[in-house]
Amino acid sequence: MTLNAQPRFSIALISAAVLGYEILLMALFSLIQWHHFAYMVVSVALLGFGVSGSFLVLTRAVFENNFRNFAVIQACLFGLSSLLCYALAQRLSFNPEELIWDSNHWLRLALVILLLTLPFFFAANLIGLALIRFKYSLARIYAADLFGAGIGAVGIIAILFLVPPATALRLVSFLGFAAAAVLWIECRGGWREAIIGLPIVMLCLYSLPGTWTEPIISPYKSLSQLLRVPGTRVIAERFSPLGMINVVESRTTPLRHAPGLSLNSRIEPPEQLGLFINGDGLTAITRYPDDLSSLAYLDYLTSALPYHLQGPGRVLVLGAGGGAGVLQALYHNAERIDAVEINPQVAELVRVRLGEFSGGIFDHARVNLQITEARGFLQRTTSRYDLIQFPVLDSLAGAAGGVHGLNENYLYTVAALREALKRLDDEGYVALTNGIQLPPRDSLKLFASAIAALKELGADNIERRLALIRGWQTSTLLIKNGEIGSADIKAIKDFCKRRSFDLAYYPGMPGHEANHYNQLETSYFYDGTRALLGQQRDQFLHEYKFNLEPATDDRPFHSHFLKWSSLSELTSLRHRGGGALLETGYLTLAITLLLAVLFSMLLILLPLAFIRRETAQTVSFTSSFKVLSYFFALGLGFLFMEIAFLQKFILLLHHPIYAASVVLASFLVSAGAGSAYSQRFAGQLRSKRVNAKAVAVIIAIGLLYLVLLEPLMQVAGSWQLGLRILLSIALIAPLGFCMGVPFPLGLSSLASGPPSLTAWAWGINGCASVISAILATLLAIHFGFNAVILLALVCYFAAASSFPELTSD
Amino acid sequence: MLGALLSLVASSYLLDPAQASDLFRDSRQQMIRLIEADVRDTSHYLKRSSLDTRVLDAMARVPRHEFVPPEMVDRAYQNRPLPIGHGQTISQPYIVAIMTDLLDTEPDQRILEIGTGSGYQAAILAEIGTRVWSIEIIPALGKQAQTRLQRLGYDRVEVRLGDGYYGWPENAPFDAIIVTAAASHIPPPLLQQLKPGGRMIIPVGSRFSTQQLVLITRNENDEFITRQVLPVRFVPLTGEH
Repeated sequence: MTLNAQPRFSIALISAAVLGYEILLMALFSLIQWHHFAYMVVSVALLGFGVSGSFLVLTRAVFENNFRNFAVIQACLFGLSSLLCYALAQRLSFNPEELIWDSNHWLRLALVILLLTLPFFFAANLIGLALIRFKYSLARIYAADLFGAGIGAVGIIAILFLVPPATALRLVSFLGFAAAAVLWIECRGGWREAIIGLPIVMLCLYSLPGTWTEPIISPYKSLSQLLRVPGTRVIAERFSPLGMINVVESRTTPLRHAPGLSLNSRIEPPEQLGLFINGDGLTAITRYPDDLSSLAYLDYLTSALPYHLQGPGRVLVLGAGGGAGVLQALYHNAERIDAVEINPQVAELVRVRLGEFSGGIFDHARVNLQITEARGFLQRTTSRYDLIQFPVLDSLAGAAGGVHGLNENYLYTVAALREALKRLDDEGYVALTNGIQLPPRDSLKLFASAIAALKELGADNIERRLALIRGWQTSTLLIKNGEIGSADIKAIKDFCKRRSFDLAYYPGMPGHEANHYNQLETSYFYDGTRALLGQQRDQFLHEYKFNLEPATDDRPFHSHFLKWSSLSELTSLRHRGGGALLETGYLTLAITLLLAVLFSMLLILLPLAFIRRETAQTVSFTSSFKVLSYFFALGLGFLFMEIAFLQKFILLLHHPIYAASVVLASFLVSAGAGSAYSQRFAGQLRSKRVNAKAVAVIIAIGLLYLVLLEPLMQVAGSWQLGLRILLSIALIAPLGFCMGVPFPLGLSSLASGPPSLTAWAWGINGCASVISAILATLLAIHFGFNAVILLALVCYFAAASSFPELTSD
Repeated sequence: MLGALLSLVASSYLLDPAQASDLFRDSRQQMIRLIEADVRDTSHYLKRSSLDTRVLDAMARVPRHEFVPPEMVDRAYQNRPLPIGHGQTISQPYIVAIMTDLLDTEPDQRILEIGTGSGYQAAILAEIGTRVWSIEIIPALGKQAQTRLQRLGYDRVEVRLGDGYYGWPENAPFDAIIVTAAASHIPPPLLQQLKPGGRMIIPVGSRFSTQQLVLITRNENDEFITRQVLPVRFVPLTGEH
């Protein structure tokens, strides 16, 4: 092998496989467990990159001269472990909910993380050693790494539209072996071995038993629970990057799904099918009856209130799902129903596969279905509605565990409510229904958001535009484009009385009317709404033990309620019925950050002792410190920027999947181009100057975007998707290009020093990237995504100020 | 070590149930003390500073270790929910105690239980002297519970396999109904099987964390009034408004 035989294709392949594996693991663990847990496991497992840095510091001398064999083995180990480690990890019968009760589950959690660290460790070894081995052309190697990652991000999303996650896992595993074969060829190992080896691997992977990779869904998820009932079976299954969809039929015991049904209802729902996304969040597809009167139960839900306040008009149902909202509108004789559904597979199931069962409601003469994201639809549509029904906030299932705290949701922000209010006709209503939590959280936060949205629109007499009712399971908030008059109030009271729902707020409501049918310790809802409308609003928000501050587009975390000041009280109550009050999603994130910081410190500091011994004569302490701060700041800055933009662009691209593909690919590919470009300055004296220029451009663009991005997105929000994608690429590419420059230039400046420094820098960057990804979400929850971008710029500035130039003591 | 040995002895049935039960008497008493402490702590919400002594006596008598899988026997008297297989759990003793107490039953009253699970809740109710009809939808669980309750001599409990939506009309009306199986709403037929003045209780939340208890009373005017009880002492607001 010669020094010129750089393994660029194989590096690109393994990077594509690693990024694909990361996204795939998130998808798989969101399915078998819960989203927040998936986030934790995958985030910490990425520390495999940090471990690899330490490993290479200690061992690179052994492997450097035998790069080809070492690298091929690492690629094969990635291929093997990516599949085996997942298969083992999902068999450890770990239950996140038992963490508060049983210390054994902490051990199982550690084992899950350890297993999933291995594939990342092997891949990182390969890339890290390549950067050391080809230190004089490492910018090209790094460029290949970034290009590959960019392609991997788009590739896995495309693959998940075509094959189930279990098959995608085999493909990713195969990609590891393919990288090994390509590397063997690139490093002059010969074609024959690769040509013989790859088909054998393919055959082995193909013939592995399906049970190895088939997701084993937690027995505590709704889908598993329903499938225990005799006579149930899955009759349709779909998969996409938006998640796994299962439709369940229950022949022996009819499924009856009607959350929030009044106790006064005597009507049993007609035959239903269960619709699950990622094994949870049951919604129903209801058989379309010959006689609509059998749907009368839909009139006994709190969400039916707006239909009693005005005649059948034009209705917008956001989040059509299995069609319950559309059925409710049809039952109430709405003249025209626009329904919006983000997931085309859900729409296809209801429309085609189960069209006969559902009565083709989405093709009903009065129904117009739009397959698009709700927030984007609100932004683009020019129609006016008498009623806009928001999807039922899924806190009925998640409330107990507080598992939605981390989910960004741009539909429940003040700006989204503002958009919805602007789409109302005179006297029209926005209706928001959610599952009730005690003490109240969702309902009061939505109320606070509604007040903020009305204020921003300059509405007068805000207190006369709101009404809130509640049953024992759900509450419904109405915001009127106009004032709620005495006729409306009478209708609200009649509606509630007939259904034994409680009045929580209407203009001029006396206190004695609250808390009548569904009695609480005190009138939490009435008191809360009065406080939010009154002079003491700020004091109330400050003193309430949960966070009720309205969500904004910059901090779109509606379901985050935890206050640090309440944490110790809540934690002390966890074994005495208080476990449900803890927001496990958020706490999991905090614990993940703690773990990542602790392990990172270990992984960064331990090799340092070795490096100091090896390099004390040649590298000063100041230089070592500069290496540490430079690569740590870069690791933080790059991911801060990437994650903040990924969120910001959801508002422009109106779809999390488009945003993920376009933003990740644009950043990584343009950064790859930047890295390749930087090769010409590598190791030169002017590299520091070039680096400073690149960072200056990053800071300038970043600051510009902080000011311009939001108004630009407002303008471009109604453009065609293709144009919006092009605009996104045009906005990200210059930034990404410059962000690709500092890392390879910094590493090149270490080329004249001991190779262990390069390995150390690789590990530092890996650790910082992990911390950064977790920290970005936590920071966004508290300070917003603009603050994350600002911090990214500070990190880049700090990095430029500590550009590593090796000096001896 | 001792706990493990005890569990081995008890779970392998080397002793007869009465003897094995004696081995766990101290553990049970300890569990009762924990429940009492938790109740004192949540008295504000429960509107009582202590539970009915009949409930605590019943819990002190029912051998909870008989209702958990063999590998869980050493944890049977911890004040926590435990998995019993089939994606189900045996509830936390504290929650069982307050649910039973909130039902406010008298001896010989008729109780309907939807979701037999391990049979522990039914055994507690039987131990108080009520008659219990219990429906379980998962056949394996229902059969196990049926056998277990018979073996332990709880002949005032009748278990049936099937759908609990329509209740048990042959034995209706009931003085109290307890719905421990997850339901998206309260089945109308169940409400109709509740006697005027009767009580229904439903725990809401996940298998391992009860969010709230919903207590429904059918008053003399045939109205259904619900009371939502938080099983924990937590005041969301401390200021005056």
